[in-house]
Amino acid sequence: MIHRREISLLIVIIALGLVLAAMTPGYFARENLSDLFLGNMPVLIVAIGTTLVILTGHIDISVGSIFAICGVVAGIAAKATGSVTLAALAACAAGGLLGALNGSFVAYLRMPSIVVTLATMVGLRDALRWATEGAWVQNLPPAFQWFGLPQAWYPFLACAIVGALLVAMSWVMTRVAAGRAVYATGSNENAARLAGLDTRRVTFTVFVVAGLLTGLAALLNSVRFNQIPSNAGLGLEMKVIAAAVVGGTAIRGGSGSLAGTLLGVILLGAIGPALTFLGVSAYWERALQGAIILAAVAVDAVRERRATHSAVAATSAA
Amino acid sequence: MPVGDWMLRLCYHPAASRHVTALLLDARHISKAFAGLRALDRVSFDLRRGEVHALVGENGAGKSTLIKIMTGAEQADAGTLVIDGVPLTHIDPHTTRERGIAAIYQQPALFPDLTVAENIALSLERGSVWRRIDRGARRRRASELLERIGVALEPDRLVGELTMPEQQVVEIAKAIGASARIVIMDEPTASLSDREVTRLFAVIARLRGEGVGIIYISHRLEEISAIADRITVLRDGQTVATRDRGDVTRTDVIRMMVGRELDAVFPKREVPIGDTALAVTNLSNARAGVRRVSLAVRRGEILGIAGLVGSGRTQLAETIFGLTPAEDGTITIGGASVRIRTPADAIRLGIGYVPEDRRQHGVVLEMSVAANTSVASLPSVSRRGLIHRGEERARAESYAKDLRIKTASVAAEVGSLSGGNQQKVALARWLATNPSILILDEPTQGVDVGSKAEIHRLMQELAERGMAIIMISSELPEILGMSDRIAVMVAGTIATTIPRASANADNVMAAALGH
Repeated sequence: MIHRREISLLIVIIALGLVLAAMTPGYFARENLSDLFLGNMPVLIVAIGTTLVILTGHIDISVGSIFAICGVVAGIAAKATGSVTLAALAACAAGGLLGALNGSFVAYLRMPSIVVTLATMVGLRDALRWATEGAWVQNLPPAFQWFGLPQAWYPFLACAIVGALLVAMSWVMTRVAAGRAVYATGSNENAARLAGLDTRRVTFTVFVVAGLLTGLAALLNSVRFNQIPSNAGLGLEMKVIAAAVVGGTAIRGGSGSLAGTLLGVILLGAIGPALTFLGVSAYWERALQGAIILAAVAVDAVRERRATHSAVAATSAA
Repeated sequence: MPVGDWMLRLCYHPAASRHVTALLLDARHISKAFAGLRALDRVSFDLRRGEVHALVGENGAGKSTLIKIMTGAEQADAGTLVIDGVPLTHIDPHTTRERGIAAIYQQPALFPDLTVAENIALSLERGSVWRRIDRGARRRRASELLERIGVALEPDRLVGELTMPEQQVVEIAKAIGASARIVIMDEPTASLSDREVTRLFAVIARLRGEGVGIIYISHRLEEISAIADRITVLRDGQTVATRDRGDVTRTDVIRMMVGRELDAVFPKREVPIGDTALAVTNLSNARAGVRRVSLAVRRGEILGIAGLVGSGRTQLAETIFGLTPAEDGTITIGGASVRIRTPADAIRLGIGYVPEDRRQHGVVLEMSVAANTSVASLPSVSRRGLIHRGEERARAESYAKDLRIKTASVAAEVGSLSGGNQQKVALARWLATNPSILILDEPTQGVDVGSKAEIHRLMQELAERGMAIIMISSELPEILGMSDRIAVMVAGTIATTIPRASANADNVMAAALGH
C-alpha cells in the first residue's frame, strides 16, 4: 500500500536536495552528512516507537525524560561493570520498564495517555535531577566510547543498526499479525475487540516498545561523547511527534507508516542545516519546521474532507 | 405567542384563526426517504389542545422519523406541517422551538456537571454572551417550574446525580419553561419503575389540564390505554389508522401494528436439524441487563430472536460472545461446558458475531476489504507468523465472489463501499473464521433490497452446510420468514419460544409487548 504522502514527501526532499546540490555542494560533504545522520539518529529511533503509539490512538510525551534516564543508566552500568553489553541491556531494560509503567496506566487503568505521559515526563525528569544532583556521568570506560571501535567506523555501525531496525519494524507493521492489530486497535477499538484482539495488550505493548526504542536511542547517542548529560532529550517528544505527523501518521490513530516517519525525520532534520548552508539565519529553522507541520496537517484535513464527501455521495447513490 | 402576532393573524387569516382553537399541530402527507429507502409515506397526524395522542408502531415503523421532522431535526421530502393553523415553510430546530414544540427523549439531553437550575437556564435564556448571570433568578425560576409540574426537586443539585426520572422531570421543566404547547415524549417510561410512572402520569395530566398537547410514544400498550385520548398506528412508514381510545382494544392495536401480508420472498427451505451446537442455561449478566436466559440452537437451525428495542437482545449476544462476560449460568458448546471470558475465547470455540452497528463495531472503515476479511482469522492466511499477502488477497477475493461484494478491488477501503456491501464484508470476516455457530445482529438493517435477499440466501446456505445460526432482528417478516424457531425477549429474558409452524405476526408481537 503506497501512500501519496510518502511520494509527495520524497519529491519535496529531492527538490530540497537539488537546490542544495546546485547552490551549496558542500552540504553533501561526507562529514556534514555523517553529522546530520548522527544528530538525527536518536530522533529517528524514538520516532519509530512514537509512530506505533500514535497509530494506536495514543500519545507519549515522556520519551525525552526516558531518553535522559536511559543514557545515565547506560553510563553508570558501563562504569560499574565495564561491559558494553551489560550497559546496553541496562539502557534498554530501563526504557522498557518505564514504557511499561506508562502502558499499564494507559491500557489497564484506562487513563488518558496525554495525562499519564505528562506526569511521567515531569516526574521522571525531576527524579533524575534529584538522583544525579545535576551531575553528568564522567570517566566512562574507554570500551564504552564508540563501542571501542575507531571513530570513523561508528556512523556505519549506527547506520546498519538503524537500517535493520527500520526494515524489521516495517516488516512487522505490514506483514505480521501484531502490526495489523496495532492499526485495527487505533482505527476502531470496538471492532478490533469484537474481532478477538486483546486491545489492551496491544496498547500496553506499543508503550513498552516505545520505551525500549528510547533506551536504544539513548545508548547509541551516549557512546558518542565522553560524558553523559543528566538533562538530555529536552524537547525530544516534540521532534518525534512532529516527524510522525509530517510523515502522514494520523494523530487520531489507525493510519500512517514507518516509511513516512523516516521521510518526516529526514525533512525536518535536513532543513535546519540547509538554511545555514544557504546563508539564511538559523533563527528561521523552527519557524520553517512549524510551517511544514502545519502544511502537512492542512493537507490531511483537506484530503479527509474530500474523502468524507465522496463516501457520503457513494452511500446515497447506493 | 406575542399578542401582536395573534391579532395580525386574527385580522388577516380568519380561516386560520378557527384552526387555532381546534388543532395545535397538523402534519399532512409527510414523506421522507433515506438513501432511497422510504421511511415515511404520506403520513398524516394531528394533535388537539389538551390531549394525549399516542403514536405506536413496530421498530422501524417510522415513529422516530416523524418526530425528527416535527422537531426540525430532519427535513421532510414532501408534505406540510401546520402549527396553530400556520403552515411552516422552513422547518428547523430553532423555528419549531419558537413555535412551542419540545421533545423529551428516552435519554435526557442534559449537562451532567451543571445544576438543575443551570440546565434549565441554559435552554431558556437568550442574549449576549457577556450578559450577567443572576443565580438567584435562575434558582427561583427552576423552583417555580418544578412546582408547576408538581415535583419537589432541589434546583442546586447536580444533574449527574439525579435518577433517570428526575432527569426527565428537568427536561419537562425545560419544555414548560419554554412555554411549549406541544410536548413530544419518546418512550418516557422505558427506564422508570411503576411508582415513577404513576408520578409521570400525574405530571402529564397536569400539563393536559393546562391545554398542552402531548404526543406520547410507547411500546407499553397498557400505559397507552391508561392515558391516551387518541391512538395513531404507523406501519412501514404509513398511517394505518387514528382511533379514539374507547373504540379499540389492545388486540386491535396489535393487529394494526403487524397486519401486513408476508411476502414469500424468503429463500427458506427445510434443513435436517442436527445436534445441539450451543446451549446456554440461566445465563445472567446484571450489568448488561440479561436475566436468566436459557436457549439452545442446533446444527442447521436458524433461531430467530425477536423483541422490542431495549429488550436485551444485543446484550444477550454480547454476553454469549464474551464481550461482557456472563456473571452466572452455563454455556455448553457441542455438549461440553465452556467458559467464555473474551471474544478471543468465543472465536476459538467457533462462534462468530456480526454486530448490529457495523460502522461502530463491524468493520474498520480505513482498512481494505482484504484486511477486514482476514482480521479475525489472520493465522489461516499466515505462514510462520508472517501474513501472506497473496493468500490474504485470494481468500478475500473468493469471499467477495461468493457474497457478491461489489467493490473495485479487495484493496479498496471498506469506507468506500455501500452499506449492504460493508455488511457483507463484516459477514465475510466471520465466515473466514469458519465458525460452527454464527450470531447475526440485525443482519439486514439499513441495507438495500438486493443485498438483503443475498444475505438471506447466504444464511440459508450456511444452515444447509450445518451451521447453527442465531439471528436477532427487529423486522417481523424476516424473523417469521427465516427462523426455524422464534425466541421472544422481554425485559432481558426469553419470555416464550414459538416454533415456526405456529408463529405468526400477531402472536410474536403480542409476546414482545408482554401480553
